Amino acid sequence: MDLSLIIGGQAGQGMDTFASLFEKTIKRCGYNVYAYSDYMSRIRGGHNYFNIRFSSENILAVKDNIDILFALDDETVNVHKHKVKDTGIVIADELVAEEDNITHLKLSDIARKLKNQKVANTVGLGAILKYLGVPINIAGEVIREEFTEDIANANLKALEEGYKLMDTRHHLDIKEDNSILINGNEAVGLGAIAAGCKFYCGYPMTPSTGILSFMAKHADEFNIAVDQVEDEVAALNMALGASYAGIRAMTGSSGGGFALMVEALSLAGIIEVPIVLINVQRPGPATGFPTRTEQADLRFMIHAGHGEFPRMVIALRDTEDAFYQTVRAFNIAEKYNIPVLLVSDQHLADGMTTKKPFNFRDIKIERNIQSSIEGEYKAYRLTESGVSPRIIPGKIEGATVLVDSDEHDEYGHITESGEIRTKMVEKRLKKFELLKEDIKEPWFIGDENPENLVVCWGSTYGTVKETVENLKDEGISIGALVFGDIWPFPTKKLLELKKKARNIIDVEQNATAQLDSLIREEALIKSDIKILKYDGRPFTADELYKRIREVI
Amino acid sequence: MSCQYELYEPSWCPGCGNYMIRTALKMALEELDIKPHEVVIVSGIGQAAKMPHYIKTNGFNGLHGRALPPAIGIKMANKNLNVIVESGDGDTYGEGGNHFIHAIRRNIDIAHFVHDNQIYGLTKGQASPTTAMGQITTLQFDGVKVEPVKPLALALTMGAGFVARGFAGDIPHLVGLMKEAIKYKGYALVDILQPCVVWNKVNTFSWYKNRVYHLPESYDYTNKEEAMKKALEFDDRIPIGILYREEKEAYLDKFDFIKEGPPLVDLELNPLDAEKLMDEFR
Repeated sequence: MDLSLIIGGQAGQGMDTFASLFEKTIKRCGYNVYAYSDYMSRIRGGHNYFNIRFSSENILAVKDNIDILFALDDETVNVHKHKVKDTGIVIADELVAEEDNITHLKLSDIARKLKNQKVANTVGLGAILKYLGVPINIAGEVIREEFTEDIANANLKALEEGYKLMDTRHHLDIKEDNSILINGNEAVGLGAIAAGCKFYCGYPMTPSTGILSFMAKHADEFNIAVDQVEDEVAALNMALGASYAGIRAMTGSSGGGFALMVEALSLAGIIEVPIVLINVQRPGPATGFPTRTEQADLRFMIHAGHGEFPRMVIALRDTEDAFYQTVRAFNIAEKYNIPVLLVSDQHLADGMTTKKPFNFRDIKIERNIQSSIEGEYKAYRLTESGVSPRIIPGKIEGATVLVDSDEHDEYGHITESGEIRTKMVEKRLKKFELLKEDIKEPWFIGDENPENLVVCWGSTYGTVKETVENLKDEGISIGALVFGDIWPFPTKKLLELKKKARNIIDVEQNATAQLDSLIREEALIKSDIKILKYDGRPFTADELYKRIREVI
Repeated sequence: MSCQYELYEPSWCPGCGNYMIRTALKMALEELDIKPHEVVIVSGIGQAAKMPHYIKTNGFNGLHGRALPPAIGIKMANKNLNVIVESGDGDTYGEGGNHFIHAIRRNIDIAHFVHDNQIYGLTKGQASPTTAMGQITTLQFDGVKVEPVKPLALALTMGAGFVARGFAGDIPHLVGLMKEAIKYKGYALVDILQPCVVWNKVNTFSWYKNRVYHLPESYDYTNKEEAMKKALEFDDRIPIGILYREEKEAYLDKFDFIKEGPPLVDLELNPLDAEKLMDEFR
């Protein structure tokens, strides 16, 4: 079983609620869900939709062709009708324009009779769930959990009315459900909380706002200081202050907001205060496409900041990876006293996926903080590794911690000495060499020693995995490397596979093939074929399949 | 006196007002009996911002204009630290203007000492946000064409609960202001008039000396209207002292877990605590 549903309409028509009720109900039936939301940068009107795929298989991407279209307005019919399979169905309210092959239901009429216009979509939900053969009690339970009693009751009535409207076509077998349904932003927030992050600040910016909201929602419960700052310049500076004072701190934004943090990123480099930050990418330049997706900030993340200093850049590949990598980012930041930059994008941030519950038991918090010192404390003590012992200001009587954005001596005092400068530059860069030992090779999917080797990074993972597996099933020798740790850049696995590969196929959601250029620079390999997409929409599984098929 | 603050040799010009401000700061901290490791001096960039290098406390010498954000982060992480921001007029009212406005709104418990010499010192004599209109500088050859910032009036309109002005040339008075500002629970602004002996040939030591006067004992610093008048009095006579003071809820007291609990820095971290969040996603 592998079905897809699109619900579309104007902003403000309640699609979010429908989608979350539908996704959770299907998940509770024991199915995997992958849902992507496509929305405009506006509060009312326009055209927004959710593409919700659900399957008994492990799915990680949406498909172009769908089985159910639930249209809340005429435009949805126009935009998506061609995607509906011959075996599929188009369901619409009776107010939506009359057209062939549309099953019109009296959704608004029923809602009116129930004296609550807002429940029209829930009538539709009932009709669709009946069509899929989902027992009503499962959806009822979800509704009771999501709403307060009065609203839940109104929706339960609407759901029942909806169940009367359709015949059952698919019979979803109910299986045991032991999954979670989570999006990328929530997974990052959860990772931060698990890692002991006690300070998160940010300025609202789509598509990164979900992390700030998640942290704010759980702030009191987990004693996290969450601050909505005046601008992103303040954000990173403030987070650095919190980290300097000894707590785990994080900030995040999207492209333009990250651009404002660049000055303080350089500060983090020289003061050697650990920090975790995330850029949830959206298409630029400048304001670009606020609600859409792209992977065009890779080079920017690697090079942002004046001067030379070590950093780690980690691309998040799916929700599970987002959780564990966020936890790891805090440990690495404190191991080397460096900034660790996480890269996500709108596709991952907003995409809902089912995953097995995350494992909190194996999470280790490694802080690398000294509780006592011998002799005089020097924040920038020159050591073999380049990492200076760190203490928390105020915790050791007689010991003070001075950090400085100027070039400084071991005590943190301003210096003009060329000799000290050279030592400090080398000290900082030594940490980068050491960091390389922590870098993990990219995930590998597909044939061993494939003739066709796909290279990609971050959130294209799911689509690439599904596509490569399908092509492999067709007898094509194909594999893929999916980069997560991307700076310092791991080359070992790539160089090994390069020996056998005939074609290296670079798949990225940007126009300039930034991973390809990185590979050329770091591994002295160039890709043979580039499959790039920069229309602001994620690759669908069908689309990537076609584009790879065309070139191999 | 139980604690003594160690000083380092500054690189300020001889005669600079910063020496006097440092002396006052040292005296204020010693008289309040705060130990050096319990203080963090946060600064941006500029001559004033070199303060963390010249007096031994914890120090965060950050970026130009960005002294306030890290100071706020530090205080949030460890409410037990005494957080003092030392910055100049350019740092605070120019490059950091937005942070200044929003720090006032937050009313977090930090003392902010602005060394206001009405000129840019470190970059050699250009106008600062508080340089008077018409003043000729090394960059504004035919005089400054924009209105100066009126920091105290601005702070008052933003709802600051502690607004004061000091003069580097009146150390005993300045020590008193600093002590009150450090003790004040909330954001406390002290704008400190200070001559720049090299670059500001207008606002010299004697220029200030001839103008400043202590607010009389009868002055009611809880009267905001009166405070606004005093904040705008900056010509032949310049009042120094606490212009306005109001007790109001400090930012961190609005977070129950910070108000009632230990400083965040003292919390134990246990990943398993977060496992219950899984239920939200089932």
